Amino acid sequence: MRVALFLTCVNDTLYPETGRAVVGLLTRLGVDVDFPMAQTCCGQAHYNTGYRHEAEPLARHFADVFAPYDAVVTPSGSCGAMVRELYPRMGERARAEGRGDALAATLAPVVPKTYELTEFLVDVLGVTDVGAYYPHTVTYHPTCHGLRSLGLGERPRRLLEAVRGLELVELPGAEECCGFGGTFAVKNADVSAAMGADKVRNAESTGADVLCAADNSCLMHIGGTMGRLRTGMRPVHIAEILASTEEEAAV
Amino acid sequence: MSGTYLGMPAFPEAARKAVGDSTLRGNLRHATHTIRDKRARAVAELDDWAALREAGKQIKDHTLRHLDRYLVQVEEAVTAAGGTVHWAADADEANEIVARLVEEAGGGDSAEHEVVKVKSMATQEIALNEALEARGVHAYETDLAELIVQLGRDRPSHILVPAIHRNRGEIRDIFRSEMSEWGRPAPENLTDTPAELAEAARLHLREKFLRARVGISGANFVVAETGTLVVVESEGNGRMCLTLPETLISVVGIEKIVPRWQDLEVFLQTLPRSSTAERMNPYTSMWTGTTDEDGPRTFHLVLLDNGRTDTLADEVGRQALRCIRCSACLNVCPVYERAGGHAYGSVYPGPIGAILSPQLRGTGSDVDASLPYASSLCGACYEVCPVAIDIPEVLVHLRERVVQGGPAVRHGNRVVLRPAKGHAAERAAMRAAQWAFTHPGVLRTGQRLASRTRRLHPRTLPGPGRAWSGSRDLPPVPAEPFRDWWQRTHGGKDGSE
Repeated sequence: MRVALFLTCVNDTLYPETGRAVVGLLTRLGVDVDFPMAQTCCGQAHYNTGYRHEAEPLARHFADVFAPYDAVVTPSGSCGAMVRELYPRMGERARAEGRGDALAATLAPVVPKTYELTEFLVDVLGVTDVGAYYPHTVTYHPTCHGLRSLGLGERPRRLLEAVRGLELVELPGAEECCGFGGTFAVKNADVSAAMGADKVRNAESTGADVLCAADNSCLMHIGGTMGRLRTGMRPVHIAEILASTEEEAAV
Repeated sequence: MSGTYLGMPAFPEAARKAVGDSTLRGNLRHATHTIRDKRARAVAELDDWAALREAGKQIKDHTLRHLDRYLVQVEEAVTAAGGTVHWAADADEANEIVARLVEEAGGGDSAEHEVVKVKSMATQEIALNEALEARGVHAYETDLAELIVQLGRDRPSHILVPAIHRNRGEIRDIFRSEMSEWGRPAPENLTDTPAELAEAARLHLREKFLRARVGISGANFVVAETGTLVVVESEGNGRMCLTLPETLISVVGIEKIVPRWQDLEVFLQTLPRSSTAERMNPYTSMWTGTTDEDGPRTFHLVLLDNGRTDTLADEVGRQALRCIRCSACLNVCPVYERAGGHAYGSVYPGPIGAILSPQLRGTGSDVDASLPYASSLCGACYEVCPVAIDIPEVLVHLRERVVQGGPAVRHGNRVVLRPAKGHAAERAAMRAAQWAFTHPGVLRTGQRLASRTRRLHPRTLPGPGRAWSGSRDLPPVPAEPFRDWWQRTHGGKDGSE
């Protein structure tokens, strides 16, 4: 099986350690993962801000880059949802605008083979114990697009529960949005910050050292809020926890 | 739509004030979380919730698709049952019709200057109370929360619990200082216990129910096959208004129709559970025209368009017309919970308001152009909606309309909307990003530049960047982007660039 890592533009630029963790984890599980260098961005920020037409070339580019692979794995619930939920919608909208089936036909092949990381692990590889070791108290925040668009359900929790040394504690109000929301974070900065502060207060109340999620965009907002509020908690992407072993511990 | 909200500031500005008001935040948090949790329990009791939701969606979609036919059927059925049907294209027409009917119904005594009202979103949408007041007719709201809002010279902040932004102490103060001006005063020693507050309202309102010659209502549903109107409520004030006055005038949006009596079996299950978390609401009043020796002698139905036909013309946006005004989306929305209802600048606040107001009113004003952005697109609203309105989908669609313009229908005419003002810098940035993202080499150069200069990056940003760094630290830029690491360690085995 030819597996490609779609790291996402945010992770590539700001969170390379998440990318290295995904590569390390998948390699350890026997997956030969490739990182096609031509990859860039799925177009989510454009689409969700109202620039659907500007997002179309990015979607076509994504489809061109990843078409040759059997599976595409991404460590981002929202970018995964962009491909799976919104690429088909982009095709439909183009059709409704009288531009024919070309866009839908270009995008269709990559839609069903794109997986968020925890889906790929649980559904495709069929593993929940990935042999990880992470001796910390962790609380898990299910990010909105992973939770509601992709329906990740219990997959991330099952993976975390199988990690040795890890104590998983319940996050109060877990399913409430952290307030990131892409450009919402700056267009409605006050509401976004209030949501972020509430999320961080809930996370702090658990006594955990680490807040874990499967999307670094949300963690950038939550972590930035934690830093400003001097909470002493750390945001960590689930890939880094799952990649961590006794031999090669993540921080 | 309502003139009351003209000149409202854009959502972010109004929300900023609300976020800083700790009393408001506390009131909203307590109320939304209580009702949110109760709703979840009430819905979980039904094994067939998903099927009911799908049925509700399909009934509404079917009705909207054949609205031309069902509207005529409603007119025929209501007329046959002894009622009179009026058609109002917009708020002004509707207000004109109602004001004329109220004047015609007056018997020449003081009661002609008063009407009693059942809580109704449609009449708020058209600002009927203000229009009647301008003609010397005082419209009394009889729903408890609407009474609080009206006595407090305030605006509703929630579809179902309009005084959600008030606590008990505030309500007692309003009753004490304001009731005497309009009728029976509040008892001297009124406390803030709910039972005492309700009793004070009951006594104050009872006089008005017995005196008023005209009642005004909306309707939750209109059954096309029988011409029956349905009002669902909790307090019994609706039953009083619908049965005691000699004349009843109902102002109803054209999207409220259901084809058959049997269709109510779906909505009378989903509406109470979604709105008040009740298995069944306390009062369901249904009436078909007029009945000899019982209830109002005269019944008028005013069918209101006011932007609904324009909304129906939009393939993506029309699903907003499925709304049954349950307000489950408000109660679950993290943005509504912090910004409150007033920030939405419309009688329809929350997620549904953010997609309904810019469609009914257009996106010309500051507040309407800002509403599609008043959401983090978390999707909680869609999840709880009992008629499966994909609110995030419509929000994004309306964002597109704001920044790109495009075809739309306004006042029945096909037009091409121009993009809203104030998005030029954003559009330029989006185009620049698109160029970089379709040229991986450009992206890589940018990433390397950011990495090499990372020690020079400030911890906070100037200008518009403060919107991020005012409350959040910036993420540090790593020494090398992932793609450089990959090429260094894996030799860029793919090599394509």
